[in-house]
This record gives sequence, C-alpha cells and structure tokens, in this order.
Amino acid sequence: MTGLQLSREELLKAYRLMRMIRVFEDRVSAEMASGDIPGNTHLYAGQEASAVGICLHLSESDRIASTHRGHGHCIAKGCDVDGMMAEIFGKDTGICRGKGGSMHIADLSKGMLGANGIVGGAPPIACGAALTSQILGRNDVSVAFTGDGGINQGTTAESMNLAQVWKLPVIFAVEDNGFGEATASSFVVAGEITKRAEALGMAFAKVDGVDFFAVHEAAGEAVERARRGEGPTLLHIETPRYYGHFSGDPDNYRTAEEKAAMRRDRDCLPRFRRRVTEAKLLGLDELDKVDAEVQAAIDQAVASARSAPQPALSSLTTDVYVRY
Amino acid sequence: MAQKSFRQALNEALHHEMRRDPNVIVLGEDVAGGSGASGQKDAWGGAFGVTKGLLGAFGPSRVRDTPITESAFVGAAAGAAMTGLRPVAEIMFVDFLGVCFDQIFNQAAKFRYMFGGKAVTPLVIRATYGAGTRSASQHSQALYPIFTHVPGLKVVIPSSPYDAKGLLIQAIRDNDPVIFLENKVLYDTVGEVPDGAYTVPFGEAHIVREGGDATIVALGRMVHFAREAAEILAAEGIDCTVLDPRTTSPLDEDTLLEMAEETGRVVIVDEANPRCGMAADISSIIAEKAFGALKAPIMKVTAPHTPVPYAPNLEAAYIPDAKRIADAVRKAVAFKRS
Amino acid sequence: MSDRIQAITMPKWGMTMTEGKLAGWLAGEGADIAAGQEIMEVETEKITNVVESQGQGRLRRIVVSEGATAPVGALLAVLATEDVSDSDVEAFIASYADRAGSAAADADDAPKARIVQAGAHRFKVLSLGSGGVPAVLIHGFGGDGGTWLFNQDTLAQNRAVHVIDLPAHGDSEPTVASGKVTDIADAVLELFAALDIEKAHLIGHSLGGAVALAIAETSPQRVQSLSLIAPAGIGAEISANYIDGFLAAERRKPMKDVLSLLFADPQGMNAEMVENVLRFKRLDGVPEALAAIAGHLMADGKQIIDLRAILDGKIPALIVWGEADQIIPASQSDGLPAGVDVARLAGAGHMPMMEEAAQVNRLITAHLGKAEG
Repeated sequence: MTGLQLSREELLKAYRLMRMIRVFEDRVSAEMASGDIPGNTHLYAGQEASAVGICLHLSESDRIASTHRGHGHCIAKGCDVDGMMAEIFGKDTGICRGKGGSMHIADLSKGMLGANGIVGGAPPIACGAALTSQILGRNDVSVAFTGDGGINQGTTAESMNLAQVWKLPVIFAVEDNGFGEATASSFVVAGEITKRAEALGMAFAKVDGVDFFAVHEAAGEAVERARRGEGPTLLHIETPRYYGHFSGDPDNYRTAEEKAAMRRDRDCLPRFRRRVTEAKLLGLDELDKVDAEVQAAIDQAVASARSAPQPALSSLTTDVYVRY
Repeated sequence: MAQKSFRQALNEALHHEMRRDPNVIVLGEDVAGGSGASGQKDAWGGAFGVTKGLLGAFGPSRVRDTPITESAFVGAAAGAAMTGLRPVAEIMFVDFLGVCFDQIFNQAAKFRYMFGGKAVTPLVIRATYGAGTRSASQHSQALYPIFTHVPGLKVVIPSSPYDAKGLLIQAIRDNDPVIFLENKVLYDTVGEVPDGAYTVPFGEAHIVREGGDATIVALGRMVHFAREAAEILAAEGIDCTVLDPRTTSPLDEDTLLEMAEETGRVVIVDEANPRCGMAADISSIIAEKAFGALKAPIMKVTAPHTPVPYAPNLEAAYIPDAKRIADAVRKAVAFKRS
Repeated sequence: MSDRIQAITMPKWGMTMTEGKLAGWLAGEGADIAAGQEIMEVETEKITNVVESQGQGRLRRIVVSEGATAPVGALLAVLATEDVSDSDVEAFIASYADRAGSAAADADDAPKARIVQAGAHRFKVLSLGSGGVPAVLIHGFGGDGGTWLFNQDTLAQNRAVHVIDLPAHGDSEPTVASGKVTDIADAVLELFAALDIEKAHLIGHSLGGAVALAIAETSPQRVQSLSLIAPAGIGAEISANYIDGFLAAERRKPMKDVLSLLFADPQGMNAEMVENVLRFKRLDGVPEALAAIAGHLMADGKQIIDLRAILDGKIPALIVWGEADQIIPASQSDGLPAGVDVARLAGAGHMPMMEEAAQVNRLITAHLGKAEG
C-alpha cells in the first residue's frame, strides 16, 4: 500500500490530526451535555480518515469548502483548535469572533473557505476557488466536501457539470456516512454515486473511509490529476457516523447493535495504529504520546474557551460590509 | 460630451475595469456571445448585447459562457470572489435568481459576517429587471426589494447611461457583493457619458430635478416617468423635486429626509409589488423620521400585488406611469387636514 | 432695431442652454430702467443668476411672467422710451421675429467646443468671435470653461475669445503630472502655438490668474494684457478649508457646503451645479491631479507660489476682486504698483465674473480696449 511510504513525520502528523478530530468531537459532545455550548453542532467522529487522508495532500494555498459537519475538515486543513473551540462556545476569541459558530468555522488564511449550513453549499464555492486558480495560472486545487445528502442537491450536480466542462482543478469528496440527517442514504440516493461522475466523463474512485491509507492514495491521484490540469475527480468515501445527526440527537433510528458494531468494526484510529505498528513505522509509545498531547491540547482549548470573553455587543453590527 | 446608450455605457464600464484589473472576469449565459457553435464569434455578446466585444478584447479565460446552471456559476462566482477574483456574473433576468438565491443570500451575502470579518467578496451580479416587454410573469419582475432586505448585499438600480457606467465601475471596484439591476426597457435610452472611467458612489441619491411643492422618489425606469409627471405638473404650477436614490442598499436616507422636509409632500414610485417594497420601506423611514414636516400623507404609486401579466393592456395597467404619478402628487398637494 | 424700443430676451449661458425659467422680475411694468440695472432673475438647470438690462428706457410690457419657461432668445419684455405709443409696443411684440426663441434654429450652427492637441496635451477649447487680439480665458482650481458662462459672449463682440479647460479639468486630460503652475503655464503656451496665437489678452481666475502670471513671467512678449480675477499667486492667504474641503468632498452635501464658500450669496447654486462638480471629481485620475496642483499651490494653509513681482506695471493689468471673497482675501489687491488697475466689487465673493457678470464684462472690455490702444 503506497500510503505506507509516507515519512514518519507525515504519519505522525496524520495520526495526530485524526486523534485531534476524535478527541475534539468527543469533548464537544460532552460539553454540549453540560449546556455551556450555546448552539448546535454536527460531529465528525468516525469520519476522520477522510478529512485527513485528503487534506494531507494540500498546502495552505489549496482550498477546501466544507459542510455543516465541518470540524474535522477544519482541523485537517490547519485551523487553530483553540479558536475553533472558542467559536463553538460563542466567544470573542473564536475563529470567527463568535459570529459564525460551529456551522461557519472558516479560516481563509489556511485555505478553509468555511463550514456551511446549507447541504450542497460547498461545491459551487470550491468550483469558484478552482476557477480563481485556473484563471490566475496557479497550481492550487480545491476540494468540495459534501455527503450522501449533498450529492442529491442541484448545486452538486450543476457544479460537477461546470467543473467537468471547464476542467476545473477540484475534487468532489462525497463522504457517505449512510445518513442524511435521520434518513438512510439507501432510501434517498438512487443508483451509484460514482456513476454520476461517470456519466459526465469525470474521473472517480470509491474508497473505504475507515482506511486512512486508501483515502490518502485515492485523494493523491485526484489532487495530482487536478494539478496537471486534467480536471475534477469524484471520490465516494464510505464512512461511519458515530454520533447522531446533531449533538443530542437520540439517534434512535439506528439500533444499539448497529451503532455498537460500527464503533467496534469501523474505527479508523485503531486501524491506523495497527497498520503502522505492524509495519514498524511507528511505535505504540509514540502514538500514545500523541494521544496524551492531543488530550492536553483539547483540555487547554476548552479551558481557554470557557474563560474567554463574550463578543462585545458593539460587534453585532460590524463586518456586515467592508464599507457601507 | 458624447451621447451614449445605456447599453454602451455598461459595455464601456466592463471594458474599463477588465483592462484596469486582470482579476475582473465576466461569466454567464451567452456573455461570450454563444460559444461552441459554428457561426460568428461573440454573436450575441450577452442576451442583451451588453458584453459584446469583451471576448475579443480579453479572451475566453476571462469571458466565459456558462451552462444554464445559475446555482453553479453564481456560487462559483462567489467562491472566486472570496479567493481573489472580481467576477461579474450576468443573469439574464432577475427572475432567474430564484434558482440560485441560496448562493446569494446564504453564501455570498454572509461570508464576511459569518467568518468574523475575514472574508472579502467583491462579486457583482448583473441582471435585467422590469416589465414592459410582453415577457410575462417569469421575465419581468422588479425584485430589488428582496435583495435590499438581505444584509451583506448592496443593490444598485441605475436610471441613466451616466449612472449606469459610474455605478457599474463602482460595483466592480467595490469589495462587497453587489446586485446590479438593469431595466431592459432603458438599454436604448441615450444620455451624456464621459469617455473615461469614473465612479458614482453608492448611497448617494441624485436630485434629478428641484421643485418646492412635492418630492417624487423614483428608481430605475420610474425616474423617467417621474420626470414626465413633473413636467406635466410644472405646467399646472406644481413644482416637484425628483429624487433618484440610485441604490436601495445602502439607501441615502439623509437626502430623502432632507427633500421630504423641504417639500412636505412625498410621492414614492416603485415598479415593484407594493407589499414590503421600496415604496413601503422609504415611506416608513420618512413617516418615522420626518413626520413633523409632512403636509400630506405619503403617497405610493406601485405595481399591484399581482404577478406581471402578458396581455399588453394588462401589462400597461400594471406598470406605474406619469399620469398615475401626477394624480398622486395632485392629491398630496390638495390634501387638507380636517 | 430702433433705440426707442428694445427687446429683453432670454439669454444663452453656455452651449447646452436651450431654455430658461423666469425666476423673477426685479422691476415692474412702468419702471424706468437704467443700462446695467438688474432687471430679472433667470434660472437654468445649471444655475440661477440675475440679468442686467443692456439698454435703458421704461419697462413697458412684460411678455413672459414669473415662473414661466422660455427658450433662449425668446422675447421676455419690452423697453421703450415714453414717446412710443402703446400700439407701437403691441406691434413690436406681435412682429418680434424671434418671439418663439432661436434656440432650436441655432442648435446646429451653435459654436462647438473642440479638443485641440497641443504637444503632449489635449485641451478642450471653445472659441467665439473673431478678429482683434484674441483673449484666452483661464478658469480656476477645480473649475472649467463653464466659469465664463456669463462673459465669453460679451467679450467676443469684437475679438476671438478662447475659453479653455486646463489639464485635468473639465474635458481636458490630466497631462500635467507634476501639477506645478509653471508646467501648466507651459502647457497653455503649447496651446497658443497650436491655436496660432502670437499674443493674447490673458484673463485668469484664481489659479488661472496664477497661470496667467506664470506665462507673463516666462513669455511677456506673448501677453497683451492681464485681467486677473481673485488671482492666486500674489499673496499668502488662501482658504485651506476650501481647498482641502474640495479635495475631500465626494458627496453632494459636503460639496455643496464647500462650493457655497465661493459665492457672496450662495442661493444661486443648485443641485445640478454641485452634481456637475462631483461628476468631474469622480473621473479616474482627477482627484490625484487636483491634489498634485494643490500641493504646489499651498503648504500649511498658505500659498507658496509668489508671482506678485510680475505685476510691475509693464504689462497692462487689471485686478478684479469681490469684497466678500472667502477663498483669497480681496486685501491682496492692496499696495500694487501704479499702473495696475484694481476694481473691488461689493456684493461679490470669489466668483465676481458670475456674481457681478455685467460689471466684470464692462471692466474687462474697457481694459482690453485700453491695452490695445
């Protein structure tokens, strides 16, 4: 498997990011229960290999556009975890000054064009970023994260067509976690997702989203294709979704057995640990050390978010326009 | 100074700005004139000929015909704006913004606020609006109140060739998303337009005509009818100010209030439907902030609360005209408190 | 036309005027009118101004009443001596050929401004009249040829009169990058060559006065006379409020406030006038060009060019100043050498050629005649 040719540093980085996402989401879930997080969140736990497997190929000048379930993409693209946590707590130190919340975390300086509250929101934006790269003659690519819900949106269909006719350097990363809110994708998605790309003459791949290395390899090919000017790729990435649609979702549309099996059999983190230790690329002690560091970082992020000030009331009316 | 058509004024603005800034691009349906066909290049230059000649001057990378998928290309324009370009997207009819409204009011309009002030979205969306061409309900609306309602958007409605050019250049140079609406009946109207580039600032009403008896507020094509009404009334000894706000967001409240206070009578003409329209909005501002100066109730002359009809007699009855405006002014002037 | 009976007609102020509104009669029927007496107020889209009677006599009949609009050239009233009978007045009105106005007929052969290439410069020039020693009219900072709306026609009765837009003003391109008065003067001299002007009467207002002085400094042989109206360049004081305010104003309200400083009585200003100045200032390149000129004209609120020594009495010079000038004080006309004629006009601000047009026209006409004689 080619992913195993990654350097130790890259492997450690991938593991750290995946672990960071998992711990971040588990902690947000716990903090939600405490009642101190004012808004709603949609947790990415279980899907970490997808975000990290793709974003590891990207530099800061590459762009991604994300979904309502965006924390994982943000962390994988390099957003500041303290700022993200503060944002979710609605604080002035938040990455969006407390104005966006979980669903609108963005950091343009990191090439993160925003989580998005609208299903199917990302594909047109990612096409736009790719258009910028193409017109300005840059080598940057962009990634539209969407899901088995978003694949049915008109925006996604329109964007895939536009990307293909204009040969835009964009990757449509369709994270299929099996559910659009509470409705199973098997109930609402007709046909095969990859066939939608095939019909447009677009390159595609279907990958196991629990396997970091599989995602990383498929994404690598897609990114290289885009950088070569050969246009877009659709990646159909099958992942689990550990939590319900939103934090606090009783998730009673799935059986307890199904959920337990999912967490037992489809977890990207132990699978990654097993693979790298069996191949003797990293030691368990190194991985455990990362776990401890990540835990400390998240503890710190929560502590600083809790103690941070609320936004000033005067900021209610600022930053609507550059100039009005 | 040279006389130019409204269409030519817009075309010059696009030429100026594409020359001035390589980040300016134009995209939309048939803006490059109809690509991929066997006949002449740049045959259409946009559905209304506004983008004619851009393809030849700036090439197919910066002047792009799109699929008929407004969500994709307006959304892409928003994404491109956020990442460094200055896209000018053309939507043939403002009515079609219905199929990509999410891209405008959930995405482009809100990037800056949602992202804590870090995003800049210099996007222009040009579209035609207005009744009078027998185009019926889905190609004739005056939807600017809808966009005016959305924080984060700027909304521009030029009434003259001079304003069309200066406001479009301002829109392209502006760092916020701008909805730029062109009344299709005005494309062949002619007026003085400088050859060089210039800007007309947003939020600055134009005093088209000065008179002490009443203020007629009008936008876009209605400015012409308001002038016509003012001429009719002048012959009767009623002197009207005609005020063209030029942009509904930002709105030049200061000048509206100043003129309302100076004349004490206000008639607002709006081609849009009456409920939650610009006439209603402006009248509420004046009623709230200049009530003491009013000598008569604020009069509204608007389209009825109906879709735009097709039959010529019905359409003519739908659109406000000089006669209805003059009648409203006379009524205001004749008003006596009992 | 007999001197016993004379027509008062709608004046034509500038090329674009086709009609005017009779805003008010300043004398009633039966009043005796002296030549030069203010007789009526006329309003156009651009400006409102009083009109002085050219002739004298009794105001026998008002033909166009207050509030009515009439085309350029239309008969507005009749002046006649006492001995003219009412029936003769009626006959005069009935037969007045131009009663309907001449604007429509004149539209085609009206003089048109042209763009004149002069070296690297492209000047807008409007020329009227012919013969004599030509006069060149040079407007002030931020102005244009429209400054001379009430003057060019009268001055062109017996000579060619060229109204020019300075570089970066009106319809002339911003070809003087430095903004230095001396460079502007050199550009105007290049225009002289392009127009085949050997020698001219220079009539300059404000900054245009300084430009005229700068031309006289380097090329006295090209200057028949100087008529300087509230000129810059002969004293230190200048209103920084005006210059800075003019540079800063981007919108109607602040621009209106700034422009009102120009006039003793700003009532004659209207929205169109303010709009036209804003239109000029919005052109790409103009704000920078104006700032460059201002930067060479003044520093720390004082004028920094001193051309006062040019007024040494060798070149015939007339200085006209409004007593109520709020931009450059009229006191700067004190203490000039003998041989420099000074006229200070009460009731005028920085724009006497507009506010007291007839008086300024008389002064300049007399001065030019004297300078040629």
